Amino acid sequence: MSEHIVPVRSYVLVFLALMGLTALTVGVAFINLGSMNTLIALVIAATKMLLVMLIFMNVKYSSRLTKLAILAAFFWLALLLTFTMSDYFTRHWTPTPSDWGPSISQPAPREK
Amino acid sequence: MSEVTSEHPRYLQHHFADMDQQNESGTFGMWVFLVTEIMFFGGIFAAYAIYRSMYLPAFEFGSRLLDVKLGTVNTAVLIGSSLTMVLAVHAAQTGKRKALVFYLLLTMVLGGVFLGIKSYEYYHKWETSLVPGLRFAPEVALPSGVTVQNLELFFCFYFFMTALHALHMIIGFGIMTVLVVMSWRGRFSPEYYAPVEVSGLYWHFVDIIWIFLFPLLYLIGGRYTT
Repeated sequence: MSEHIVPVRSYVLVFLALMGLTALTVGVAFINLGSMNTLIALVIAATKMLLVMLIFMNVKYSSRLTKLAILAAFFWLALLLTFTMSDYFTRHWTPTPSDWGPSISQPAPREK
Repeated sequence: MSEVTSEHPRYLQHHFADMDQQNESGTFGMWVFLVTEIMFFGGIFAAYAIYRSMYLPAFEFGSRLLDVKLGTVNTAVLIGSSLTMVLAVHAAQTGKRKALVFYLLLTMVLGGVFLGIKSYEYYHKWETSLVPGLRFAPEVALPSGVTVQNLELFFCFYFFMTALHALHMIIGFGIMTVLVVMSWRGRFSPEYYAPVEVSGLYWHFVDIIWIFLFPLLYLIGGRYTT
């Protein structure tokens, strides 16, 4: 196969980096940084994901077609998350009009 | 390729022009499958984010009921299994049959350790009555703002997400078993090792899911004491 063969040394280095980042994310979780805790945990997780994808999954040396498929996945994932969040997290921004109350009446149970 | 078109290597299928095209198609096909998996897990992650924001105190409290030590060990074990998987691919690329079988078996062993620890965690949740639907009666005092129902919702997400991840690992086990048998019989060579490579992609994907599940479930509930 004419594919790029990554030297073992690179794999071991990536493995050590992943272990280091795991230790870091666990350590940070024990420090109170308020809402920053969640952000830092997600940034570290995303960094680990990139390391695994680029080196372990060989994306760095993949064809443009493969890279395009992966970018499409993240694009659609971003759509999924953005549009769902933009609905749920903005619902309370405007009050519900009072005449929008529970006006939909359930049909009465049918008599036997 | 040679000018002889009527004969080709056993591992090159007729409908591909050459090995490059066959390998490219295989890798692309696996990635397209993984794209669907990303969307599949993405929906669950979106649901988790929404319910977490709705019932934040319950989700943070529930997170602290998980065992962070076991979670960390499992993260290390799974990352280790990803390392042995790439070493297996490397052994296939360089034509080392025994090393290939060894690293595939080591990957399975590490995967087994992960599932063993996970089972112990599930057992512990059962013992402390934290299994939604079947046995849910927390023995710990709930802080204000946390209801039993909301805590149960957190554990629904915990079990659903980790069990779905574990199911992917069990499927990975089946794939590894086939690969070990094929490797042992000498079916792979530096010219042909595509099954090892695309199975590796799947295994690393399962690792990436855990890389996100671990902080989301075990860590961001706040491990510090205030």
